[in-house]
Amino acid sequence: MSQFMQVFLSGLATGSIYALVAIGFTLVWQAAQTVNFAQGEFVMVPAFFVLVGLHVLHLPLWMALAMAMVLSILVLGLLFKKLVVEPILPSGGISLIIATMALGILLKESVKEFYGAEAQPFPAIVPHDPINLFGAVVSMQDLMNLFLSLGIVVLLTLFLNRTRTGRCMQATAQNPAVAEILGVDVKRMILYAFLINAALAALASFLITPVYLAKFSNGETLGLIAFIAAIVGGFNQIRGALAGGLLIGVLDNLTATYVTAEYRAALPLVLLIAIILLRPQGLLGTSEGRTV
Amino acid sequence: MKIRTFLAATTAILASLGAAQAQDPVKIGIVVELSGAGAPSGTNWRDGIRIAVEEINADGGILGRPVATTEYDTQTDPQVSRALVQKAIDEGAYAIWGTIYSGSTLVNMLVAQQNEVPQFVGSEAPAIVEKGNPFVFRTSSGAQKGVPALVPYFTDTLGAKKVGIAWVNNEFGKGGRDVFAAEMAKVGIEVVADVASEQAQTDYAADVARLKDSGADAVFVYMNQEESARFLIEARKQGLSMPLVGEVTLTEAKVIELAGAAAEGAIAHVGLTATATEIEGIAQFAAKFEETFKRRPTHDAIKGYVGAWATKYVTELVGEFDGAAFAEKMKNLCLDVAEHPHMLLDTCWDDRGEMSRPSFMVQVRDGSPVVIGTVPAN
Repeated sequence: MSQFMQVFLSGLATGSIYALVAIGFTLVWQAAQTVNFAQGEFVMVPAFFVLVGLHVLHLPLWMALAMAMVLSILVLGLLFKKLVVEPILPSGGISLIIATMALGILLKESVKEFYGAEAQPFPAIVPHDPINLFGAVVSMQDLMNLFLSLGIVVLLTLFLNRTRTGRCMQATAQNPAVAEILGVDVKRMILYAFLINAALAALASFLITPVYLAKFSNGETLGLIAFIAAIVGGFNQIRGALAGGLLIGVLDNLTATYVTAEYRAALPLVLLIAIILLRPQGLLGTSEGRTV
Repeated sequence: MKIRTFLAATTAILASLGAAQAQDPVKIGIVVELSGAGAPSGTNWRDGIRIAVEEINADGGILGRPVATTEYDTQTDPQVSRALVQKAIDEGAYAIWGTIYSGSTLVNMLVAQQNEVPQFVGSEAPAIVEKGNPFVFRTSSGAQKGVPALVPYFTDTLGAKKVGIAWVNNEFGKGGRDVFAAEMAKVGIEVVADVASEQAQTDYAADVARLKDSGADAVFVYMNQEESARFLIEARKQGLSMPLVGEVTLTEAKVIELAGAAAEGAIAHVGLTATATEIEGIAQFAAKFEETFKRRPTHDAIKGYVGAWATKYVTELVGEFDGAAFAEKMKNLCLDVAEHPHMLLDTCWDDRGEMSRPSFMVQVRDGSPVVIGTVPAN
């Protein structure tokens, strides 16, 4: 039982970080009707902003984190939208998807070039020290990851549902043309979506890198798992992305512990195939009509 | 008179050509993991070689010719490494230094063999010297020699009755795991958890949970550097209390840097360690490396250094740049430190390229590996 709780809680902690990244996929999809295949790299890069703050600028950790958050919002939010999304979006969603793939490669290779190919240590925001919880030994860091991620998702949901700006963002996501007629500043709402995505990616980066270590290639796995989590949960629903992230985190750990460690990497893909066959809109997603 | 002048001129030209020939650098290819999962090992290997080459050239080169190296990045990809060994040989390499990852070496060493080019590798999988390749030579003992050296530690020091094995599922990890499991069977220690993980795996929560619940008295950890660090971090997170004992990588400087406090208490058997500063050659190398690269050398750095110097020593014993003669000379060769100080420790190779030399048991204490015992050559 304690082993089950152990892997269940660890899975929830990791899954909550997948969820943050998956929500980013959802936000960008709703804002620009495209998939950001550089999302994994968006999680990898902020960790290196922190390392630059710590080791090059010699800032204290909290200041390096704050600087990295601001830089991430500017570079991965504002600049991404202005320099990549806006010029390419009129050419169609496929062009933009390919552009994000190229951006992912560019970010990965740039970090490798400027910071090296080796993994780098990354300071934990909270200590790794273990505590006993329901018979399972979990670290403060895992609990922090879980509560912080869930807290952010709750706040984001409240923001989108309970504030005027949030409702305008939802209106923009549902039908930008009608939203514009109703006086919504559509461009601004789309920009907000990109800025929030960048902030979520940075937060995920700060939480997961102490365990994964800072490495240029971190985005490959994270991006893929979060993409699958978003599809499994429902690509057009934030709560779906949350559910998908948590589900994959927990199932991955349970599979590796009780079924097979060798094929654990295949689990998200199996889940993806099952969802596409049985419930294409995802577990909590809603069907969307598309005209050809 | 004319004939005499002609002969004198010809002799002068030949002499000058000979002098030029003597100054031609001897090309050597450093084919190693400079990016990808093997980058921590590969960059250290390369940097150890850089120091050796500087010293060798200051010492007159090899047979009077300066050494010129070219670095080739395998990206930790076996197929790329194979192509690069071929490229290095096509570009005139007299010897190959690398690779480190056993999965790559097993693929690329055939190319060096076909071209009769000596190859010093940092790989430790048993299979490498079991292929009958006379041109491949280790720079540290293979797992089949290194892992058995750990057995007395499990039986006598820890008094273990049950052990767990955490290993990375690649050629290196599988080789070490198989040898360790066989050694445990010989001494009657039960393996109660056999946990394989993938190369570049990031989440070790399930692996550690399985080991924790296994009832093992100690865990043998056999992974590459980054994986070892992630494993140690997760072990600390879950409060894994049993001793974690590894071979070579677990107490590496890079692992300690990455894992931080989570590496504290980890124990390993290492063939070479920069902390063995009571050995003069190692102390000198470590100081020079630290001064040059502003970091502590890993065992891969020392292996690269030793491989480069062994190339010089053996070539000069042969007396010419002849790959086949080099391979023949290497059989059952011993290079002692008294006459070959840059070997750092008395070193021997058998007729398959396997090496043996004294080794160490180390434990991470206060953030640094500390020698806690020596193991004689086996």
